[in-house]
Amino acid sequence: MEVTFRESWGVLHGLIFGALFLLAFSGGIVGLYSLRPEFLTAEGLKERMGRLKVWVSSMAAIVWATVLSGTYIVYPWYRAKPAEGTTDLSTYPRSLLLSAENTAEWHKFGMEFKEHVAWIAPIAATVVAYVIVVYGPQLVKEPKMRKALMNFFVIAFTAAAIAGVLGAFITKAAPVR
Amino acid sequence: MTTETLLKNGKAAAALLAGGIGAAFMGFITTLSIALPDFSKAYLSWYNPAGPLSGKTTLTVIVWLIVWAVLGKQWQDKDVDFDKIAMIAIVLLLLGILGTFPPFFDIFAPAA
Repeated sequence: MEVTFRESWGVLHGLIFGALFLLAFSGGIVGLYSLRPEFLTAEGLKERMGRLKVWVSSMAAIVWATVLSGTYIVYPWYRAKPAEGTTDLSTYPRSLLLSAENTAEWHKFGMEFKEHVAWIAPIAATVVAYVIVVYGPQLVKEPKMRKALMNFFVIAFTAAAIAGVLGAFITKAAPVR
Repeated sequence: MTTETLLKNGKAAAALLAGGIGAAFMGFITTLSIALPDFSKAYLSWYNPAGPLSGKTTLTVIVWLIVWAVLGKQWQDKDVDFDKIAMIAIVLLLLGILGTFPPFFDIFAPAA
């Protein structure tokens, strides 16, 4: 059993950072949804708000770690070009996928979509975290603001989920080794 | 007796709209780099190992942060039409996703 240096980064990027963001989403959206005066006492709001601020700020940090590690560490290994005449493409995932008709779409559609759409997630998640940290308990009195934040959060999750699912399939077809 | 001071909604509106503009810019620059591959290779490869993706994403973050700083300053002590701005921001976010969707941006690819 062996995990290479590059595979370790792939795991950190997708299975740890990426998956953590996706798993944490439900906690964040429920926290936001339940910021309603009819659900909370003053004491409950204080306790809930502190936790929510830490939760969504951590989520924003994690999704930034995901896209930065993906773009600047894992992706260069994925797109590295093999030297002229190389026949074993197993360490050149992009070239490997493009070398066969039945796998080329994993790059042309899968990777092209994943590498770009993923960057919408940290932007949207940062906006949500910022507004929650700045407005805090006032959000209980701002239903329109809460609704807008939940929409942003859902879109951040959707972008991250698209990238995560495509990343899993691409890694299955042509792992970064 | 204490009186509670509520924050104006301008800061939140600025953050949302800037986020929408940032996402839409990501969609725009992705589509532009497909439409103009020579431009993309020449001017967007800011970090060669990652290729043009490095320029597209860094430029997006710069645009997003500048727009956020400008709008945030303009609206920090104001109440704005939050519903309208939030709706525009969400439409822009969705346009950003559309701009990164290969069947969409491939429409603009030069004929081979």
